[in-house]
Amino acid sequence: MSTESKSVAGNPVNGQAATEAAGAPPGGVSRAPASTWPPADTSAGDRPRQHRLDESRAGRRGPVPSWSRLFISELRLVFGRPRNLALLGVLAAVPIFFGIVFRLAISAPTGPNGGPAFLNQLAGNGVFLALVVLTLLLLLLLPLAIAVISGDSIAGEASLGTLRCLLAVPAGRTRLLSVKYAVIAVFCLAACLLDTVISLIMGLILFHTGPVTLLSGTTVSLWAGIGRVLLVTAYVAIALMAAGAIGLAASTLTQHPVGAIAGLLVVIIGSEIADQVPQLSAIHSYLPTHFWLSWDGLFRAPIDWSGVEHGLLSFAVYGVIFVSIAWAKFTSADVTS
Amino acid sequence: MSSVAELALASSGLTKQFRGGQLAVDAIDLAVPTGSVYGFLGPNGSGKTTTIRMLLGLIQPTSGSHDVLGLPMPAGQAHALPLVGSLVEGPAFYPHLSGRANLARLDAADRTANPATMPGRIERALDRVGLLGAADKRYRAYSLGMKQRLAIATSLLRQRRLVILDEPTNGLDPQGTREVRSLIREVAADGTTVFVSSHLLAEVEQICSHVGVMRTGKLVYQGPLADLRGQARLLVRTPQPEQAAHLLRELGLTGVSHAGLEVSADLGPMLPEVINERLVRAGVPVAGLETPRRSLEEEFVELTGEGFDVD
Repeated sequence: MSTESKSVAGNPVNGQAATEAAGAPPGGVSRAPASTWPPADTSAGDRPRQHRLDESRAGRRGPVPSWSRLFISELRLVFGRPRNLALLGVLAAVPIFFGIVFRLAISAPTGPNGGPAFLNQLAGNGVFLALVVLTLLLLLLLPLAIAVISGDSIAGEASLGTLRCLLAVPAGRTRLLSVKYAVIAVFCLAACLLDTVISLIMGLILFHTGPVTLLSGTTVSLWAGIGRVLLVTAYVAIALMAAGAIGLAASTLTQHPVGAIAGLLVVIIGSEIADQVPQLSAIHSYLPTHFWLSWDGLFRAPIDWSGVEHGLLSFAVYGVIFVSIAWAKFTSADVTS
Repeated sequence: MSSVAELALASSGLTKQFRGGQLAVDAIDLAVPTGSVYGFLGPNGSGKTTTIRMLLGLIQPTSGSHDVLGLPMPAGQAHALPLVGSLVEGPAFYPHLSGRANLARLDAADRTANPATMPGRIERALDRVGLLGAADKRYRAYSLGMKQRLAIATSLLRQRRLVILDEPTNGLDPQGTREVRSLIREVAADGTTVFVSSHLLAEVEQICSHVGVMRTGKLVYQGPLADLRGQARLLVRTPQPEQAAHLLRELGLTGVSHAGLEVSADLGPMLPEVINERLVRAGVPVAGLETPRRSLEEEFVELTGEGFDVD
């Protein structure tokens, strides 16, 4: 191996930069007439062609830097897309809306029953707004948002035709799928955190705050209470990540994003209905949504982890199974879109 | 691994049968010499795009194998494909992103691309296809011609050793078509092999050094363009076409056919005066004898059939 190829292999980024930037530095386009581009040709032509191949191979340089580059690109794509921003906007509006509604409900004279129990808790401490909002959002809006993001992940690229372009680059199927799922997971966490943060702010503004009384009757400091709310948020995000894995798998099975989105929603709503049917109690704990609200143990002292542990186990199993299905399908599928 | 493969693209028995049973590509043996401009011809539905998808690893062949830049596929994909620029079946981009952002997205997908040089490379690629002025417009607002140009720009993002273009002039006006032709010449002048599929013969005739002709999934002709056009025909006018055809076959001529009082055949290496003498000596009156050179269009129609039917 020549010294030159050694230096290229040892420092691929610089090697390539030298080739590609030598003749025409970025921004120097106007100075270089289009017809003379690429000036790299002259130097590349002198070298044995093998070097270019080596350069590209060495340029792979372990999976991490190139993986994070595609990951950042995917983050920008998902979080920059107007439709997804609108979804996040709706998710952000919910705690504001319900915060105001509950505040008005508490101020209004109540009947002999005094309204729902959570209203009394809310009146006692605004921290609980985050829990109420997460519970309400889990009914429809959060699953819908995750269905849109995960169902669109592969099928959306297929329907645009960009999937064939990415794979011909080549992005690498496993790499692309892992990036897609990572961004779905980030979106789950971002959506839940967004709601929790806005709920906490609204709660602090609109309701009393102070030491938090837990379900077990013990009282902890406000910060400890907020910490437990964040734990619940993380738990809900992980629950949604498992649902996102189902959406990802659905997304690899079709070229129509709407089909994949509807598919995941059918699974979630079907699971929630089945969870309410006593005759099906034998399968309840195997349903993907069964443990979605099993975080109340986090509001006991000492924390009762059993519900959370069962939930996390269920989510992990669902996640592994459906990411595997997505991987098996996506890495072997013909891309004809 | 050989340093420079003699064939930029090579396939052997490459076959794709879709699940419906349709044989889209039927055991083709492609041989695209390094440095050539290879025109991949065929009517719509003859299997050109399916072949290109297989070459790029988008779909798996039912049987057969292929090499890209001397590397066996699909094992060599990660190494070979970064050196291959491609445009498959029309432009496809994110409508809400600008042309520039779309190219950045594809560059980010490339494991081997250097992010530090990306802005300059994107700038030059856009400049070469004449899109700099619209670089920051949303793709949604592009005209069909601009979309096509952006698609070609993706294949120019990096220095390539092979560029595969599937119908690159679709949707372009005559001016744009000319520009694409000169772009292809320019790319080829760098030593890059160009594999361009088209059903526009004039286009291929002007820029290609080699051609492959597809018909109903089969590669019915492959070789230097000069050879295809160089095949002179023999045309004999005679009141006894049956006997003339019989005799021509006996002389070893191929592609013998007769219609009315005309018999035609591929001339091959035989001299027309010798054939004339044989015919006359065998008692076949010769009213006229011609050796017309055929246009590429005639060759193409002969190889691929006349009609519009998708067969």
